[in-house]
Amino acid sequence: EMEDKVTSPEKAEEAKLKARYPHLGQKPGGSDFLRKRLQKGQKYFDSGDYNMAKAKMKNKQLPTAAPDKTEVTGDHIPTPQDLPQRKPSLVASKLAG
Amino acid sequence: DIISTVEFNYSGDLLATGDKGGRVVIFQREQENKSRPHSRGEYNVYSTFQSHEPEFDYLKSLEIEEKINKIRWLPQQNAAHFLLSTNDKTIKLWKISERDKRAEGYNLKDEDGRLRDPFRITALRVPILKPMDLMVEASPRRIFANAHTYHINSISVNSDHETYLSADDLRINLWHLEITDRSFNIVDIKPVNMEELTEVITAAEFHPLQCNVFVYSSSKGTIRLCDMRSSALCDRHSKFFEEPEDPSSRSFFSEIISSISDVKFSHSGRYMMTRDYLSVKVWDLNMESRPVETHQVHEYLRSKLCSLYENDCIFDKFEGCWNGSDSAIMTGSYNNFFRMFDRSTRRDVTLEASRENSKPRASLKPRKVCTGGKRKKDEISVDSLDFNKKILHTAWHPAENIIAVAATNNLYIFQDKVN
Repeated sequence: EMEDKVTSPEKAEEAKLKARYPHLGQKPGGSDFLRKRLQKGQKYFDSGDYNMAKAKMKNKQLPTAAPDKTEVTGDHIPTPQDLPQRKPSLVASKLAG
Repeated sequence: DIISTVEFNYSGDLLATGDKGGRVVIFQREQENKSRPHSRGEYNVYSTFQSHEPEFDYLKSLEIEEKINKIRWLPQQNAAHFLLSTNDKTIKLWKISERDKRAEGYNLKDEDGRLRDPFRITALRVPILKPMDLMVEASPRRIFANAHTYHINSISVNSDHETYLSADDLRINLWHLEITDRSFNIVDIKPVNMEELTEVITAAEFHPLQCNVFVYSSSKGTIRLCDMRSSALCDRHSKFFEEPEDPSSRSFFSEIISSISDVKFSHSGRYMMTRDYLSVKVWDLNMESRPVETHQVHEYLRSKLCSLYENDCIFDKFEGCWNGSDSAIMTGSYNNFFRMFDRSTRRDVTLEASRENSKPRASLKPRKVCTGGKRKKDEISVDSLDFNKKILHTAWHPAENIIAVAATNNLYIFQDKVN
């Protein structure tokens, strides 16, 4: 007699995922994933790194196109071109002439 | 730009959309006009304004997107219209008013605004009001800032028309519409040790009739109903809604797909609708143990969860909405499809919001997704679905069968065919 081994589609997908990423965390919906969600928008700016990068840029050719201009993270040393440009405000400050 | 929120006002005459660029566009329904019978019910642009700007919080190294997460209208009290719009951090109260008259014949200044030499003025005149082309002005009346450490996902105006709540991932605050420098924290689920964080708040809404009641949903698929009369801090719920889960069917994806992306009370206040990744559920507020209805939106995606996890689509936040009589529910899906469920007849339909596949004023053809085996003509197979074409935001007119569907950067307005 054949053993009844009907796998739900969800469990089959889970097996597929675990096969591709064997080191996937034990707590799937747990704190790592949630904390990443809470940190959305975090872009690290270190003035020391920034100034060193600016200095380095002067010594070598500027790259023609940064591979991922929008990505400014802890791994990537921000350069002046990478930082988000602040759009001019609609309402001019009362301090402006 | 990509539309991020859609909302009818209380009468349905105005429809507001917010987008990723921080802009708000308001459409107004055309009045019935005998000389142009087809224009009845058409919505045209009424006002456009920049609600939010991008900001950078240098202290926290945090980029604050200008994307409008939610718009909620206030009930109309005078000739002007008011709405609340919010991005991740700041809520703004906007006043939209019309100006169709201009005063002419001032004493102290010329028609072009230049000041007149007071010594040259020999007579007094009374300025008169002259009609001018309609001008719609939007001005920010209140700015409610600095009350949220985490990202705001919901705002909801209370039935008392004086207060509203704003919810972020971990906290819910109560505001008075007149007071911007203070807000009360009514829910705080932040654990002392962030390592112990297990769930976040995904949506919150005030009860449409009882001003002391609100609900909030979580990433674990639960809904808590709170009564503000019981205590100042509503960390302890009055009701807890959760559908029991079969432990043997639990998988890596279970918690992620159970995360509720939207919660909406019915107009009657008796029921609430929750949207999770694959289904829409209707709950009776009197029964916490399980929903009274479950409608499958796109069950065929259950066998695609692995790739949907890899391309992040499994985290897409779909919204849902009720029709005015609470007899139907609508929600979006992929491939620019959206689904409508008739609760009384138990029938459902899949429609598509796309310019290529439908002509203006033609009835929409129902769509069908083929789940396996032979694909019939006119059906589309699951593998052909475009997962970049997602309909996350939909809205239903409060009284009539007119719906607004946001398909990425296009807004579609559909209505029942008038015979």
